[in-house]
Order: sequence, then C-alpha cells, then structure tokens
Amino acid sequence: MTGTALLFLVLGLGLVAWIVGRARAATFVRAAKGGPRGQVNSLPSYHGWFVAVCAVVPAVLFMFIWQSISPALVTNMVLSAPAASDLPQDGFSRAAILSEARAIAQGLQTTAFQAQSEKLAPLYKDALSYYSWIGMAGTLVLLFAGGAFAFTRLKPDFRARNKVERLVMVGLLFASLIAIITTLGIFASLIFESYQFFSMVSPFEFLFGTDWNPKSVVTAGADNGYGAIPLFWGTIFIGAIIAMLVAIPLGLMSAIFLTQYASSNVRKWMKPILEILAGVPTVVYGYFAALTVAPTVRDFAVMLGVSNAASDNALAAGIVMGVMIIPLVSSMSDDSIAAVPNAMRDGSLAMGATKSETIKQVLLPAALPGVVGGVLLAVSRAIGETMIVVMAAGYTANLTANPFDTITTVTVQIVALLTGDQDFGSPHTLAAFALGLALFVTTFFLNYVALRVVKRYREAYE
Amino acid sequence: MSLCAWSNAIVKLMNNATIDPTPTDWNGAVMQKRIAKRYAAERRFKAMGFIAVALSTLFLAFLLFTMLGQGLRGFQRTEVAVEFDFPALTSGATAASITGPNADTTLNSMDIPGIVELAVSQQYGDQGSELLTSAAAANVRQMLADNPQLVTAKQTLWLPAESRLDVAYKRKGEPASEKTVAALEQKDALRSGFNWTFLTGADATDPSAVGIWAAFKGSLMTMAITLLLAFPVGVFAALYLEEYAPKNKLTDMIEVSINNLAAVPSIIFGLLGLAVFLTMFGMPRSSALVGGLTLALMTMPVIVIAGRNAVKSVPPSIREAALGIGASPVQVVFHHVLPLALPGILTGTIIGMARALGETAPLLMIGMRAFIPSPPQGFTDAATALPVQIYLWSDEVNQGFVEKTSAAIIVLLIFLLGMNALAIYLRNRFETRW
Repeated sequence: MTGTALLFLVLGLGLVAWIVGRARAATFVRAAKGGPRGQVNSLPSYHGWFVAVCAVVPAVLFMFIWQSISPALVTNMVLSAPAASDLPQDGFSRAAILSEARAIAQGLQTTAFQAQSEKLAPLYKDALSYYSWIGMAGTLVLLFAGGAFAFTRLKPDFRARNKVERLVMVGLLFASLIAIITTLGIFASLIFESYQFFSMVSPFEFLFGTDWNPKSVVTAGADNGYGAIPLFWGTIFIGAIIAMLVAIPLGLMSAIFLTQYASSNVRKWMKPILEILAGVPTVVYGYFAALTVAPTVRDFAVMLGVSNAASDNALAAGIVMGVMIIPLVSSMSDDSIAAVPNAMRDGSLAMGATKSETIKQVLLPAALPGVVGGVLLAVSRAIGETMIVVMAAGYTANLTANPFDTITTVTVQIVALLTGDQDFGSPHTLAAFALGLALFVTTFFLNYVALRVVKRYREAYE
Repeated sequence: MSLCAWSNAIVKLMNNATIDPTPTDWNGAVMQKRIAKRYAAERRFKAMGFIAVALSTLFLAFLLFTMLGQGLRGFQRTEVAVEFDFPALTSGATAASITGPNADTTLNSMDIPGIVELAVSQQYGDQGSELLTSAAAANVRQMLADNPQLVTAKQTLWLPAESRLDVAYKRKGEPASEKTVAALEQKDALRSGFNWTFLTGADATDPSAVGIWAAFKGSLMTMAITLLLAFPVGVFAALYLEEYAPKNKLTDMIEVSINNLAAVPSIIFGLLGLAVFLTMFGMPRSSALVGGLTLALMTMPVIVIAGRNAVKSVPPSIREAALGIGASPVQVVFHHVLPLALPGILTGTIIGMARALGETAPLLMIGMRAFIPSPPQGFTDAATALPVQIYLWSDEVNQGFVEKTSAAIIVLLIFLLGMNALAIYLRNRFETRW
C-alpha cells in the first residue's frame, strides 16, 4: 500500500473516530436530560474531536517518521544480505547500482543496465514490502490504541472542550514556530555547507580574490579561482547602481505625480497599472531583456563607437531590473510622503511656495528617511534577483565598470554552479552555498536597516 | 537644516527691526520675471512626473505587445497537404478493424510512420518526409482513431509542417526553406491552423511538436502542494500572533523570522530545498512534491502578513461581544474572528500563490529543469513548471522556439492576471469596512 493510500485510510478512520466519539457523547446528553446530575460538560462534537485527534495525530506522526527512516533501514537490510557482499567498494558506482535496484523493485524501471542491480532487485522488493508492512501495522495499531484510550475517557463530566482547545493552541503555536524553524534551517544549511567549502578554499581567497574561474579540484594554499570580488562587484553594479539609476527617478517621480498632481481618476487607473509591473514574473522580464532590450542596447553602443559591446551586457539586465523595481520604490515613497503631516505642506503653500517648491523643499526632505528605507529594500530585492540576470547578463566574471561589457553576478553563479555536475560534496556545489550565505547575510542586513529606518521615521511623526 | 533651526531663523528675522517696510512691487519687471521662472520650474517638474509615469506604462505596454506579437504565432502551426491512398498503403485495413477494443493493436501493427513517409515521398519526392514534423505520424494515428472511415478511401490530410518551414511560412526564414514554401504555396499545399498540440503536448526537441500541458500540469501539482501546506500554516500562525501570542522573546523571534523570510531572495529557498529536502531527507529530485514544499516555505510568510492585517482589522467589539456571552477564547477566534477575516486572508493567499506560480529560481535549484517529454503522473515523478519551461525554451538556439516561448509566456500571464483579478474581486465583494 502506498503512503498516500495509507494517509487517506488514516484520515477516514479519523472520521469514524469523530462520529463514534460524538455518538457516545450524545448518549450522555440524552441520559442527563432531566436527570439529577445536571448537564454534560462539553458539546458532543468536542468529544468527537477529542477522540479523532487522539487517534489520528500519533498515527500520522509515526507515519512520517517511518517514511523518513525506512529507506535507510531497507538499504541496510539489502546490504547485510550475502548477495550484496560483492558490491564495488567505490561509493559512487555502489550508489548507482543500489538506486537502480530500488527503481526496478518499485516498478519504475523494467530493465537493468547493470547486472548486479538485477540480482539485488528481488532483495530490495522483499525489504521494501517487509518494512512497509511494519510501518502500516504500526500506524494502524497506534491509531486504534489512541482512539480506544480517548474513548474510554469520555464521561458526562469530561472536560473535552478544554482538552481540544489546548490541543488547538499547541497546533497554532507549532504553526508559528515553522517560521523560526525555516529561518534556522536556512541559516544552518548555509553555514554548514559554507564551512565545508571554507575548509577546502581559504575564506581569504573567497572574500578578497579577484579571479573567479572555479576549478573542480582544489589544492590548499594555491589559487583555485574562487575569488568572489568580481561577482560582488557585478551584483552591486547591476543591482545597486544601474537598476537604481532607473528605478529611483522613475519610481519617485511617479509617486510624486500620482499623489500630488494627478486627479483621483487618473490615480485610480494608473496605480494598478504600475503594480502590474511588480506582478510580471521575473522569467518574463529576463526573456524580454535577453530578446529585445539587450540587442537594442548593443546596437546603441556600437553606434556610440564602443567596439567591444557584448550582447549579454550589464546595461540591459540593469535597466529591466530597474523597471521591475519601480513599483516597490514608488509605493514606499508614496507611503512616506503621505506620512508627512499636512500642516507642513499647508504651511509651505500658505507662504506662497509653488507646489513643486513645496515638494522639493518641504515634503521630500521630511520624507527622506522613509524614501531611503524604501531604496534600501529595493536594493536588497535587486541583488537577490535571479532570473533577469541569469537570462540577460553573462556568465564571465569581469571586473569592469563598462556597462556595455558582459558581467556576472552572485545569483548567476549560484545557478551556474548548481546546474553543472550534481555531486554534493564537490567544491562547485559548496561554493554556491558560500555565495548564498554572502547573499543571505547582505540582504538580511539591508532589510534590517531599512525596516529600522522606516520604523523610526514613522514614530517621529506620530 | 532642521525645522527647529528654521523657525529660530524666522523669529530672529521678525525681531530684527531693520526690515525694509516698503511693500514688494509684484508688478515690477524683476518680480514678474522671477514669478515666470518659478512657474516654468513648476511646469517642468510636473512634466517630469508625467514622463516618469508615462515611461513606466510605455515599458509595460511595449513588453506586453512584444510578447503578444510573437506569441500569437506560437498558437498557430503551418500544415502541409499530404494525399494518402489508404486502401493501397494499408493493404486493405477496414474501418471495422480499427474500431472497438482491438483498435490500438491494429493501429500499432500498421506501421503508420512508414505509411506517412511513403505517402509524402510519393507526392513530394525523396526529401518529402523532411517537410513534416516528427509528430506527424502520431497525428495521423490520432486522426484514424477518431475517424476510422478515413481508412477506406483516398484522403488529403493536413499535417503539421517541420519547424524551419513553419518559421519560413510565418515570417522570414532560411533561404532554402523560403524556396520550399514558395513551391508549396504554388500547389496550394500550405495553410495555417490552430496548434492544439501546443496546449495538449509536452516538451520535445522539435519546436513544432512542443506543448505546454506537461509543464502546466507540473505547475498545478506544485501549486496544490504549496496551497495545502502554506495556507493552513500561514492562517494558524497569523491567528496565533494576532490573538494569543504573549509579549515575550519567543514571539519577537517569530515576528523577526517572518518579516525576514518575506524578504529573503527566492534563490535562497532553492538552496534550502536542495540542502534539506533533497540531500538530507532524500526526497525525489525534480518532483512536484519538493517544488511545492520549497514554494510553500516561500509563500507562508506572505500569507501570515496578509492574514495578520485581515485579523487586525476585525473590530474588538466583536471579540468582546462573543466573550461576553460566554464563548471561550478559541471559540471567539474560530467562530467569529476567522470567518470575518477570511476574505482578506484569501486575497493575500491568492496574491502569494500568484507570486509562487511565476517563481523560477528556487525550482531550478531543486532540479525541476529536466527534459520532461510526458506529463507527470504523481507528486513524486520528475516534473517541470511553466516558468521553468519558459526559461528552458528561451535557451534553445532553434528559431522555432522563440514564438513558443512567447506563447507560453502569454498563457502564464493570463493565469497571473486572472488570479490577481480574482483577488481584487474578492476584496471588493466581501471586504467589510468597519
């Protein structure tokens, strides 16, 4: 029986448990009617929920734990059989044979390419069915035990509602903890893999080296081509310079126009249209940048007399990324301008300043911290952006400030390193995690500062 | 200069007795010139604002028109007329033999690829079979299965043309293909038809035989897992944080984590999925299950933030009234607050799901970039998603893939716009202003 079918069986039995518990409580209600002992403590459905939860939760937990440990147990059982003794000692070919045997045993594959895996397939089949039977039996035993235990506790004065509500609270708390678990998971996996990487390649080379040309076999002490400075520079150049040169003027001026000048009708239509820009998937922007913008920029560069203009130039990726960021900058500026007290604006207008003088000399200086916070968030968004640069920017690391030249970024290299060979212990894969750690720390820092700035600024006017 | 210093300066000015008491001559030439200059600056500033909005809108329009212009051709295919003398070619198959339960076996034994090749080469010479796409034989088989009567007589069937020919017929292609097109057009043997294969097929090496159904199904399965996990967890977390959480270190940590997760670059979630789900738990690579789990972690904070805002906007009087008539805190939330906050939560969920549907980078990390020639059958099968398919096609050198990529983008954008429109509709229809 497959895992999905078992899960549905467990849920079905849970429904049965709910009905049984509820029916039992209903008899209490009937018995108590008009009797001397007063009312039943909880409504019948709470009794039903109590029985159902006691039956299903342990069973499902056991199922998931079993699902995650049984593959290892199956492999151990197969390896301990005499037929497995002549497997090659080399880890890679051994794993290949084992995974093929498993695929045959599960019916995913019909013919074996390696002779040994055909021999191991029946062993695998036995082990798989053995452990899946244990898992199924364990799940059902737990289910019935839990249900029976809960059922025996049902009494007219049993406080079923309080029990169920306590379980609900535990569930809510657990759901909230998933956020912390995810954050810790990200942090732990990045740190762990990066630590392995830095035990092969010195952190000094990674952080300060200027040569990015990663070798798949590294030697300690030598230059292994893992100098990430060109990548950091490329990320900053595209995400924090070119994209911001597009996004800040356009986003800020759009926000000013829409909030200060446009009629409410225009605003009603234009705001959602600008927001569509934020909703377009990045893969679409990337395709547009590579197909339409990049050749145009290149022709323009050739017209200007730049001879070495690349077709995957930094400018195209940066411009398109800037356009993607416009709605973010615009809505953050919008919020911070709206937060400036009206008295300041009215005072300036009353003194005879024109609208634009009021905006430039009163509103913008007052709203500046909020706008800066928004720009920091936008930068953090831009440097973490992947698809636009993967499709439109290049793969060659280049330490240049020429916007028509090809340049690569951290995210592009993460994709490039992880889509080549997939051996998990190789320095290529681990380097991707080190780059990911650098990216994570940078964006975390930027977001933290931005939120602090925005928050403090809001408080100043409240 | 801070506001305070400014007002100090003004007070000083006012106290200063040496201010010239003569009124300003507003009609004087100097003053008029100054006013004109200030008004010109005002107009310039307004025009700059207008240009900024116009540029952003123009860029969006340009993007959409480019995609539409190229993509609409992707929904069309070029068809070549091929005459089949079925009675001679099949040596006497009857309509009865390819109907009923044995139809599949008979059709399999008929060697349809051979029949197609023979028919084409009879009509267009030895190079004839190069006119048709690799899926032509499958098309003929489908036609015969749908309408067995075809086999009894001589028929002219319209079969999809090969990709280079397709490109040459629609716009400018390679010179050799252009020549072939001209020759075929003279014989009236070319026409355009709607490309059903594009909506029902899967990935292929030949651009005239590709379809998006496999990728789309992969996307749907991934989204199903994402919704199933992210929605309950997100709603529960939002309820806990807004309604029950005590003010302590743990709650602060949860809040910081959620705000941080909402801003983490999506590719980092891909790295997490690779390290934890694939390497640590050994889940099946490139499956919709792992894709859904990864995207669920990414979508959950969006739902929590939207959910908290929705729960916050339910007025406290409702909670107090429910508590006043004896409801327990859990009953207050699940019977009163949650139903009232649900429209807001759903709006946030749909927007979060739309973002997840367009997400590519994390799926690349967990290997959903494989070549998938048939739709995935289960959650653990190797699958791909629509945005990833777009990325893969955009990498192809073959000219025929350009319009297919744009066509797939059109499908994706239609779905995203539809989801956002639904969210806006839900918000306007059900949201209560208290």
